[in-house]
Amino acid sequence: MFYIIGISIVLAGQAGQGIQTVERLLTRILKLDGFHVFATKEYMSRVRGGANSTEIRVSSEPVRAYVDAIDILIPIDKEAMKRLEPRIGTGTLIVGDTSYLGDVNNLLEVPITELAKDLGNKIYSNIIAVGICCGMLDVDMNLAKDYVRTFFKEKDDDIISKNVEAIEVGFKRGKDARDTNLISLDISKDDSIKDDLLLHGGEAISLGAVAGGCNFISSYPMSPSTAVLVSLAQKTEELDIISEQAEDEISAINMALGAWYAGARAMITTSGGGFALMTEGLSLAGMIESPVVMHLAQRPGPATGLPTRTEQGDLALALHGGHGEFPRIIIAPATIEECFYLTNESFNLADEYQVPVIILTDQYTIDSYYNISSLDPTKVENTRHFIKTGEEYHRYTITESGISPRGIPGYGKGLVCVDSDEHDQQGHITENFTVRKQQMDKRLRKLDGFFKNMQEPAYHGSESPGTLVVGWGSTYHAIREAINRVGDESIAHVHYSILHPLHPSTGDILNKAKKVVIVESNATSQFGRYIRAETGIKTDATILKYTGEPFSVEDIVKRLKEEI
Amino acid sequence: MDVKDYDIGDIDMAWCPGCGNFSIIKIIKRSLAELEITPSDVVFVSGIGQAAKLPHYLKCNFFNGLHGRSVPVATAIKATNPRLTVIADSGDGCNYGEGGNHFIHGIRRNPDLLHLVHDNMIYGLTKGQASPTSMKGMVTPVQVDGVILEPFNPLTTAIALNASFVARAYCGDQDKAVDIVKEAIQHEGYALVDMLQPCPSFNEINTYKWYKENTYYLEDDHDRTDRSKAFEVATDLDRLALGVLYTREKPTFEGQQQVYSKEQTPLWKRGQHDPDTLRELIKKHRD
Repeated sequence: MFYIIGISIVLAGQAGQGIQTVERLLTRILKLDGFHVFATKEYMSRVRGGANSTEIRVSSEPVRAYVDAIDILIPIDKEAMKRLEPRIGTGTLIVGDTSYLGDVNNLLEVPITELAKDLGNKIYSNIIAVGICCGMLDVDMNLAKDYVRTFFKEKDDDIISKNVEAIEVGFKRGKDARDTNLISLDISKDDSIKDDLLLHGGEAISLGAVAGGCNFISSYPMSPSTAVLVSLAQKTEELDIISEQAEDEISAINMALGAWYAGARAMITTSGGGFALMTEGLSLAGMIESPVVMHLAQRPGPATGLPTRTEQGDLALALHGGHGEFPRIIIAPATIEECFYLTNESFNLADEYQVPVIILTDQYTIDSYYNISSLDPTKVENTRHFIKTGEEYHRYTITESGISPRGIPGYGKGLVCVDSDEHDQQGHITENFTVRKQQMDKRLRKLDGFFKNMQEPAYHGSESPGTLVVGWGSTYHAIREAINRVGDESIAHVHYSILHPLHPSTGDILNKAKKVVIVESNATSQFGRYIRAETGIKTDATILKYTGEPFSVEDIVKRLKEEI
Repeated sequence: MDVKDYDIGDIDMAWCPGCGNFSIIKIIKRSLAELEITPSDVVFVSGIGQAAKLPHYLKCNFFNGLHGRSVPVATAIKATNPRLTVIADSGDGCNYGEGGNHFIHGIRRNPDLLHLVHDNMIYGLTKGQASPTSMKGMVTPVQVDGVILEPFNPLTTAIALNASFVARAYCGDQDKAVDIVKEAIQHEGYALVDMLQPCPSFNEINTYKWYKENTYYLEDDHDRTDRSKAFEVATDLDRLALGVLYTREKPTFEGQQQVYSKEQTPLWKRGQHDPDTLRELIKKHRD
């Protein structure tokens, strides 16, 4: 008998076998029934075949990080087993069919394929798998059936009823396992979360963008950044948004700059290779002092790398991409909520400071989600920063703050002249060395007031810790859960969501710790090196992962125990 | 309007004596003035090169961006504010070399803009290398044995892509060039004007004299809706046809955007997205 509290279920199959449908159905049904859920997927860079899987954690409490451990594994074909072998432990219950699984330990025999064929088609296998999980977790069966009906409402009645039957068939098998005490799950339901939201990082960024007034997106599809383009394109019916798939990333960034110039709030979404192509345009934004919001969803490089996997390997690119010297802001959301609110805020920051704002996420952030209580589209107050121009308007007027009032063509009598060459206050090309220095100095002081309204890095634990764990972006929840599991009061955690400019408190925070350990999903500790360049402080130890998989809670627990 | 309304006053111009650009800027000013377009309603978008400096020398809004990138910028400006007259204005290297991909896809999008290409068949600002339109055999400091690449033909390319308006003009003939440019500005949709010009500093082949001898104007009875005929005319590199080779009415890029289906208001004049709509979009994620 398995006794499990807070479980992880992994469903696995080939691309095209509907694993994502399973994930969507199961997480929604569980959440509507009052379970806290977390889901993340890993998939191969192909459309059919291969081995893809999704992890769903179910708990009585909020659960927000990826774990290696698999409590229940439901492989829909045999390839998935091989791929997941390293994660299968003695406590893993495997649910499925001896016909393709062969002789495995801890098997709960359910002839999923046969049962599906009995319903008329083996495509019902994945819905049966959903049913099995619902049965094991004692889900309200009527709720599950209603949800399936709604989910497939566009389909023919026959298909709807077959899917409902598939849920019932699976449910019975799961419930039998429960009733016969083969498994015992002690997870309580919480009615208060039924109205919670379930949305992945990509969707949260897209919603944050429209909350921030985004009305123009131009991008070229590239995994894993495409979700944001798709999501915004699908909102053009309800909202005033122009969405354009550009011929390449170079065009995409230049379109975004043209759109800002004419008064839109524009963004692009891309990944490392595409961002590399955009760096020329990024530098242009620096020179013409154009706001622009750039979402960079990282995946492992160099070059094509692992297109559908995760990494924090492009921080250096975001920091240094683009020729010449110019200010920029780099943000790395740590939570789904931050994906929303910081993206919203990015449009205001870009507009206020007339700089590019880079939102650095990764495949893990884009494809992961957990239930959150709400998102408020009016919480961040949107501020508009362009002016009506007078006849004597000069785009690059020297000001104390470095920020020159930004006009747009067609609003006021002035002419708006922007130039990629060094330019005078009117925007006209110049080779005057004094003017060059004045304009450089003007541009470079724009962010001097940046931190006046910005949040401090998140800090948990003792202010004079034995070990201070430093993280940024998507590793937040894995670090939190790992520290909780280790349970050592001397460990504190500082987490950065605004990476650049680096918060001025950083040196003080790091100096108070006896030992500083940095956690990054890359091979060379890019944030650690950046902190050292900015503060002179070298981290004492690194916990790095660059296999292409996300950090699991166990990864960090193991390494943290070695370091304290 | 008077041509002088576009004068910017005393300014140091970076063009060489005898450069075709002096004629082209006159052609542009005349065309805009005759069409009664006020400077504050015009946006020039240029790239890099001697041609790309033109917007600095007249009164207008401008976005002098990167080498080769003027068409995407211009497309987005027009889409963001369709009330503006948008002119993408740069040289042959900028548009056909560095910006070749944007040229192709700009035509496919069909934004309502004038795409004016100063075509002098040479790189001027970088001092005399071959451009995409340089003729075979032209010897340069880089193409030391002469150009061996097939010259890029912007007109056949544009016609092949079913561009909405395809014309060739010659800057040495200002009256006729003004007629062509005016028509291109007024045309609703993407309008290419490949403007032939000499480069007295570096191009010793395609001189004023050469253009006189190797160009001709299309007859009045040229059927500009006949795509095959236009293509045939455009393929002739022995005698370069001047005039409007091809036109085709089609919906514009911005005209097909959902945002303009109900109202024409430029994006900047619209408020934030409606919070209730946003709340509904968020609520969808409850199930």
